[in-house]
Amino acid sequence: MNPEIGGFALIIALFLSVVLALIPIYGASTANEMWMSYAKPLAAGQFLFVFISFICLGYAFSHDDFSVVYVAQHSNSQMPIQFKLSAIWGGHEGSLLLWALILTGWTFAVSRFSKALPLDMLARVLSVMGIVATGFISFLLITSSPFARYLPRYPVDGADLNPLLQDFGLIVHPPMLYMGYVGFSVAFAFAIAALLSGRMDAAWARWARPWTNIAWAFLGMGITLGSWWAYYELGWGGWWFWDPVENASLMPWLVGTALVHSLAATEKRGVFKSWTLLLAIFAFSLSLLGTFLVRSGVLTSVHAFASDPERGFFILMLLALTMGGSLTLYALKAPNVKSESSFSWLSREVLLLINNVFLTVMAVTVLLGTLYPLLIDALGQGKISVGPPYFNAVFVPIMCAMSIAMGVSVAVRWRESTPKAVLDKLWKPAVFSIICGLLFPMIYGNGFEARVFLGISISLWVMSSVVTEFIGKFRNAQSITSRLKQLPLSYYGMMVAHIGVGVTAVGITLVSNYSEERDMRMQTGDTVEIADYQFTFQGTHVVKGANYMADQATIVVAEDGETIVTLRPEKRRYNVKNAMMTEADIDASLFRDLYVALGEPLEDGSWAVRMHYKPYVRWLWLGGILMALGGLLTVADKRYRQRSARQEPTNA
Amino acid sequence: MLKINIIAGLLMLLSSFMLSAAIDVYKFDDPEKEKRFHQLAFELRCPKCQNQNIADSNAEIAQDLRTKIFQMLNAGKNDNEIVDYMVERYGDFVLYEPRVNPQTYLLWYGPALFLVLGLGVVALIIRSRNKQYQQGNDHQPSLSNSEAKALDGLLKTKSGKKQ
Repeated sequence: MNPEIGGFALIIALFLSVVLALIPIYGASTANEMWMSYAKPLAAGQFLFVFISFICLGYAFSHDDFSVVYVAQHSNSQMPIQFKLSAIWGGHEGSLLLWALILTGWTFAVSRFSKALPLDMLARVLSVMGIVATGFISFLLITSSPFARYLPRYPVDGADLNPLLQDFGLIVHPPMLYMGYVGFSVAFAFAIAALLSGRMDAAWARWARPWTNIAWAFLGMGITLGSWWAYYELGWGGWWFWDPVENASLMPWLVGTALVHSLAATEKRGVFKSWTLLLAIFAFSLSLLGTFLVRSGVLTSVHAFASDPERGFFILMLLALTMGGSLTLYALKAPNVKSESSFSWLSREVLLLINNVFLTVMAVTVLLGTLYPLLIDALGQGKISVGPPYFNAVFVPIMCAMSIAMGVSVAVRWRESTPKAVLDKLWKPAVFSIICGLLFPMIYGNGFEARVFLGISISLWVMSSVVTEFIGKFRNAQSITSRLKQLPLSYYGMMVAHIGVGVTAVGITLVSNYSEERDMRMQTGDTVEIADYQFTFQGTHVVKGANYMADQATIVVAEDGETIVTLRPEKRRYNVKNAMMTEADIDASLFRDLYVALGEPLEDGSWAVRMHYKPYVRWLWLGGILMALGGLLTVADKRYRQRSARQEPTNA
Repeated sequence: MLKINIIAGLLMLLSSFMLSAAIDVYKFDDPEKEKRFHQLAFELRCPKCQNQNIADSNAEIAQDLRTKIFQMLNAGKNDNEIVDYMVERYGDFVLYEPRVNPQTYLLWYGPALFLVLGLGVVALIIRSRNKQYQQGNDHQPSLSNSEAKALDGLLKTKSGKKQ
């Protein structure tokens, strides 16, 4: 019964979302308050029924109901309970259900927390989200129901989840990422509502901004977690592979970053309005494109756990409708949107525009590189590959240029700054960064290295310009504490996020230039020296896990003869699929990781062992966390909370 | 539907053999060669895998290609000769860094072109806004305190109407 309840709840949710997609928006265009006021209860109902459906699937997983096809394919009775539950989104159908759950969750949240929003605006926003939900829930029901059954004969046990996914990473990474992807649907809905109503003022930007920042922060967190997961789980020690699926998440993040900045300018100064709308449309469209790329299988990728052309076609249609519809609307309405103010050639507005160009070109570059092989193939010109060497060659220079502009932008004021004032603020951090960049490779490495110089200088430039600006705020302050309190939280958010960019850049620079890696054949008692650490192999023994058997090696790491840690990497064989998995072991610390992965046993009883020394690799993710934190701090700013004091607008 | 599931299952089974990192051991007489080995293995794509370079892949063919690179390096071949050898056998598909030719001009020069175009547009916008600014046509400056208050007031009023 349980799966049928889940399926039925989903059908009810579909009906509710269809009504939500039609009635409130029609009410808004005819000024019918009663119809507009349907939006909130519909949003709540839609969320409730998708939630019931989700719980039903969770129940099927936790109770090993292998009559459900999806459960039988993605679970197994031996799996630990946390992986049974996260297996809900371990495949295509369940991922989509999670998508729908988060989408209706965001819709519900908007209906609850937008008390200051005028009723017609709220009705339009929720209706647009209802349209998106209609598309996705019908996608679920038509092509990918997670509740299909094997009846009457169903398997005794499940086929097990891909061992790669039986990991903590699966529990946290997809929900975070989807929160971001789907969160951009809120920004999208606000943009469409603005175009429909013609209302595109500072108040609009103030409503849309917190939602956008939250979505952006989640997406950033999701990408960071994904990178960290790939690093420790795949056993290659890499943290970014320029894989199509990673690119699919990077593109909306880049456009989202541009959007977050453009929205700030729209709110503060009433400029770049039509550009902000366009970015909101594209951020969400790229999220859809990402889903399409992952789910359709048009791009081969290490992540392609479930893919199917028919489903791809459905998402492509959704994407075409979303983009076609919204861009048509944009083309019709955007010319009416006028900027409210002008600015001098040296102003924060200008720097934000330049930053937007860089971010957009970076997103376009990723898109170009990801789709180019498809394009060439479609034109019948053979098969080519576009991989990390291309992206590194093209992406990194733009990233450097943008970071330099970033440092300048914090020192420039809205409307106008004099070149002298900007120079006065910036010469100290500039000199400091260049000197440190010159010295760093000489002290830390074995002599001057141009790439390290560039990377460190730019990272320090990004951080020190922000810090200098921050210190400058106290020059005329009577008391430091009162000034600290005076600065708005959104300012702190900006600071933290920008420092995060610098921290990540330090990580990228150092881990790319000073990593050491050795693949060695090792017998019990052998010692290898890597970057002043001695790795001693002390043999392997068999370990039994919940649903796997493993050879576990013992590797003692010493520094200057003194033992610092014992690492136990494993080579696992999962019982059900008979799949081999490398489980690396890592000694992590702020300034370096020691990373050991076990390869194959060799003929003479020795093992192939891979050892990495990864300096500053943690900074990559630490920076990602700081960026997300910055985005959230901005949302906590009190100017977004003031309105909660007022009563509900809906009492028609 | 069932057929698709079976295929998906088979694919999963196949791919499951690639889950472990490829680790094997070559002895190099010259650290320079070792560096080139890693660089080449990083830039060449495993012809039969989903999306992996031959350094990371554990597929048999990747293993063979690694050995081949190792042998060619030891035979004193330079990087170009090794890459040409691979392209001759497996096509441009094995190159993660596509060659610059008319087919890939857009790929290689596109980003620079977009950047120039974007900055050009921005320059035009800045020029017109700067002119407005210098002429003092700045109708509505940034939210001054009073305006911010007015805005808050607007947000607080129960308005379903357009402002």
